[in-house]
Amino acid sequence: MGGTYGYFEHDADIGVCGRGVKLEDALVSAARAMFAIQADPDSIRPGERVVIQFEEGDTELALVRWLNALLGASRERGLAFSDFGLAREGERWRGWAAGEPWHNAVVRGTEVKGATLTMLSVRQDARGWEARCVVDV
Amino acid sequence: MDIARLRSIDAWTWTVPRRDGESRAEIRLYADAALLGAMDDKVLEQITNVARLPGLVGAAMTMPDAHWGYGFPIGGVAAFDADRGGIISAGGVGFDISCGIRCLRTDLTADDVQAHARGLADSLFENIPAGVGEEGSIRLSPGELDEVLLGGAQWAVKEGYGTDDDLQYIEERGRMAGAVPASVSELAKKRQRGEMGTLGSGNHYLEVQTVERIYDEPVARAFGLVQGQAIVSIHCGSRGLGHQIGTDYLVSLAKAAGRLGLDLPDRELACAPINSPEGQAYLGAMNGAINIALANRQILTYLTRRVFGHFFREARIETLFDVSHNTCKPEWHEVEGKRRLLHVHRKGATRAFGPGHAGLPERYRKAGQPVIIGGSMGTGSYVLVGTGESENRAFSSASHGAGRAMSRSQALRQWRGRELIDELAARGILVRTKAMRGAAEEAPGAYKDVNAVAEATERAGLARRVALLAPRICVKG
Repeated sequence: MGGTYGYFEHDADIGVCGRGVKLEDALVSAARAMFAIQADPDSIRPGERVVIQFEEGDTELALVRWLNALLGASRERGLAFSDFGLAREGERWRGWAAGEPWHNAVVRGTEVKGATLTMLSVRQDARGWEARCVVDV
Repeated sequence: MDIARLRSIDAWTWTVPRRDGESRAEIRLYADAALLGAMDDKVLEQITNVARLPGLVGAAMTMPDAHWGYGFPIGGVAAFDADRGGIISAGGVGFDISCGIRCLRTDLTADDVQAHARGLADSLFENIPAGVGEEGSIRLSPGELDEVLLGGAQWAVKEGYGTDDDLQYIEERGRMAGAVPASVSELAKKRQRGEMGTLGSGNHYLEVQTVERIYDEPVARAFGLVQGQAIVSIHCGSRGLGHQIGTDYLVSLAKAAGRLGLDLPDRELACAPINSPEGQAYLGAMNGAINIALANRQILTYLTRRVFGHFFREARIETLFDVSHNTCKPEWHEVEGKRRLLHVHRKGATRAFGPGHAGLPERYRKAGQPVIIGGSMGTGSYVLVGTGESENRAFSSASHGAGRAMSRSQALRQWRGRELIDELAARGILVRTKAMRGAAEEAPGAYKDVNAVAEATERAGLARRVALLAPRICVKG
């Protein structure tokens, strides 16, 4: 899936922003942005894959649920993630994340506690989709 | 923040005049003009939103270290009456439920610490699991985790991670009543599996500090503090379980608010009436997370004692106090001459009971509650004491930290982790971390002046300075 990511300012926490041609691409890019806060993705081998599924009709809440489901899976399995994918059928979302267990060669950043509803926005413009929110670190 | 929008009551207390037809409760901002001027306008926007929530009693307040949060500002205090439609808000507590500081006093001196500084720093770093992806050695069965959710630090002491004496000096004597394990999701419980006895990341730390200055001799004596004494401060919270409860309820309460007819100015305020099933479910889960945090800090205290015991066989390491700063707790307060049970949200704010409060341990009852303001790794932290005046001013609340002065991205542009750590080492402060990015984000210059925050806290009558603690060793996640 193609897309780019970036960050925006927040006093205590960090704003993540994902862009893509399709809505799903933007959400995947936002996931890349969030997990790059936790670890350098180039230092992670995407050997283990985890499936994420949820139902959500509100696209903004879908972003928050997607990011938080990924964080939950990452912490539950003890995995650092670097690659992501997401598909949608109506309100049904099915995605995956790939990574490996934490070890000393993974370049660590700052733990993300959760994705918040602050500055939450998922919108489409002439260039495609943009998904953004503040994550609590 | 544009302070022209505020009206000064005195140099340390400010309010926001209501516009014509504006329906909201009073707003109180405690800080001096310089601190307020440096705050983001979002602080004012967020506390104004809090002032519009139903069932609010008194004013919506910010402490001198306030900064832009999510839903509530960090450094926000708001009390609600359940019997008058008052709400409980997941956004008013935050993700890191019951994040707080455990302060340990030792009978060691600055010279004792200095003599073993490098070994002590390395050993603490090796034995205290810190940082993203790090796990502890304790594994709990689902049944045992439910016991921790119900028992808090009392569970940890029963398991041998501390003493009854520790419990005396923890809020709620180490166990928050009202926890409901069934209100905690399975994912939240799974996320905690490897995280008991871990420090976490971000602004969390374990610091060895020394008492640099005493402001109030009699109270310092009551707290067992003397000039030059070595202190250990542990700043962390309820780890993955608390984060997941925040996650679960932020979305479910945001959805419930609409269903329950609450017209929220910001859906991040995600709340429900305290007396509703949704509100009660969050309360039960949050109380469980408070207990996880109290148990976690107790286990970290045990690990700290083990490390110190290796270097100083006879050292006495006692709990000075353990205070949380992300909670909503039911408390009795006097409002217009009547005692009322209020649910007090303190998000990035510390409870600060004054002298004589029945909730305080015998040793501190005459002096008041120890209040801890954590600083950055290069500056200092403060021990203060709760005042009687704070009850009327802020439902016995005070500041919790220095508060960020700039964003993490700005800090990353300004500092490099390695250089910063070397710079601090040259000043005699040993930092141990696996995350250079995290060190840069936490640069002392990214925080407000903790001295100004502590002074404003005192001048505003919220708590009085007792001692200044200088950092010597800092373990960061």
